[in-house]
Amino acid sequence: MAVTDLQKQSSFLRNTREKLIQVALLLAATVSILTTIGIVFSLLFETIAFFREVSIIEFLTETEWTPLFSVKKYGIWPLLSATLLTSAIALLVAVPLGLVAAIFLSEFASDNVRRTIKPLLEILAGIPTVVYGYFALTTVTPFLKNFIPTLSIFNSLSAGIVMGVMLIPYVASLSEDSLSAVPNSLREAAYGLGSTRFEVATRVVAPAAISGIVASIVLAFSRAVGETMIVAIAAGQNPRFTFDPTVPVMTMTSYIVQVSLGDTPYGSLSYYTLYAVGFTLFLFTFILNIFSYWMVRKFREVYD
Amino acid sequence: MSTQERLRDNAKEAAELITSTTDTVDRGSGNLKWRHFKGTILSVLGWASIIFGLGVLAILIIDVINRATGIFTGGQNWLTWDFFNNFDSRFAQRAGARAAIVGTLYTISLTILFAFPLGVAAAIYLEEYANDNWFTRLVEINISNLAAVPSIIYGLLGLQVFARWLMLGRSIITGALTLALLVVPIIIVASRESIRAVPLSLRQASYALGATRWQTTWYVVLPQAIGGILTGSILAVSRAIGETAPLITIGALTFVPFLPRNLFDIFTVLPIQIFNWTSRPQDDFRALAAAGIVVLLAILLTINALAIYLRIRYQKRY
Repeated sequence: MAVTDLQKQSSFLRNTREKLIQVALLLAATVSILTTIGIVFSLLFETIAFFREVSIIEFLTETEWTPLFSVKKYGIWPLLSATLLTSAIALLVAVPLGLVAAIFLSEFASDNVRRTIKPLLEILAGIPTVVYGYFALTTVTPFLKNFIPTLSIFNSLSAGIVMGVMLIPYVASLSEDSLSAVPNSLREAAYGLGSTRFEVATRVVAPAAISGIVASIVLAFSRAVGETMIVAIAAGQNPRFTFDPTVPVMTMTSYIVQVSLGDTPYGSLSYYTLYAVGFTLFLFTFILNIFSYWMVRKFREVYD
Repeated sequence: MSTQERLRDNAKEAAELITSTTDTVDRGSGNLKWRHFKGTILSVLGWASIIFGLGVLAILIIDVINRATGIFTGGQNWLTWDFFNNFDSRFAQRAGARAAIVGTLYTISLTILFAFPLGVAAAIYLEEYANDNWFTRLVEINISNLAAVPSIIYGLLGLQVFARWLMLGRSIITGALTLALLVVPIIIVASRESIRAVPLSLRQASYALGATRWQTTWYVVLPQAIGGILTGSILAVSRAIGETAPLITIGALTFVPFLPRNLFDIFTVLPIQIFNWTSRPQDDFRALAAAGIVVLLAILLTINALAIYLRIRYQKRY
């Protein structure tokens, strides 16, 4: 009798403990959902407060951004154009270099070379962005000035180029992964038909891995749009609607940094602009992330 | 047209066909060199882009070390004891990074305290407990999306939720919570991979001995997976150490001439100190920023070496 009671009791304790632990683990997993909800709501509340005072039409059509001047204008275009300009320059550097490196590493290099080079390239992605910003401002801009004498101290060209170098491993590593995932039978079939290594790489393997390659480019674009310290340090603090890469501009992220460094009282319109710009930035990267997710799903070649 | 004429035409056509085919074959084999050569060009370009990337990295490191110490081109050495022992100052000769280095240590220790248990717990849930249902899928989509959200957005989240709603202010604890949310997805992804690599047979053996799910997880799965979990978490921490933007957004200060007294005190960190010195126009402050960068990169290098050591130490073969 007593023994069965004891057994019952211990199995009750044991089951309760198991349940409690499971609930605790479940709560930990829920944090990711709470974070997303937190991001969306904190951005949304203050953005709505912003649009109570500034019309959404002005935000989308005005081409001047002067919230800290006496004549205040709230047009997102100068910030958006600067963000797109620096990102485009970065992609012009990162995509060709990253893709060539990926095809070379996956299809031409020996295993030893690949195993050595890949982690070395990934160091580039691990350098803090404030270091890249410093490098762009103090080294790359003076160097480029030798070729372009009209280059300003702050400009989107050197910020974009340095950001592009930072993004090389993002493009190279992810593309290499999807190139390597293409089954060898495809390569062997192409060799059997008399193709050269170059033809196998560019006409068989690369098309088969296209969804992963495009996703890596979209991810690099999303990183470039959200990148902060490089542009805040090296691209300037001058909101203007231009696509000239030699003059100082201000990206969405630089604006958030500039306002954060000042003393912005809670509830002021300039506090709300932080969130309106932040929300635009979030929307932008969110659409890119969803697109790359969809791209991988939709165009993935499935081999059994 | 007579039969004879038609035959002659046919023969002519056949002859033309043969010549043209042979031409193609000839051109083809003459082309073969060129077709192989294209591969050589691609190899050369591949090496060129890798050397370009690594070359920029090398120039960056040499340049920064030179600016900080003057070791190659001569000049003042800024990496002195004073640099580690002094607080920030308006005068470059008296400025140091003491508050920033201590601030980084405090912030990162707290970040690990928050993020590591949370990330590992979530990973255990997803790998060992969760069924394949809508909730699990929602969590997974969330994690992959959060990993791609720009870090400055986390700063805006921290400013609103921790600093404002929870009234924690511009404190170390706000900074650590913000960074923790930023690195949790990275820890989850790395931990899941490591847990998944533990073979099913070990779990089955444990269940066969009458162990519960948690006992199996705690005594069998986690000890096997801990190497990968630690490696991934250390890399996540090294990401947090270099983050600047979210901490600027929550209002970490750029000029802090004292050590934080408690967790609710205002603070600064090394990357923000570097940013602040970089933004000043005087050359001396730029050199100080370079000294800060050397210290930051040295910390990151040490941490990454630790991660590599752990990976080798715990490497498991089944």
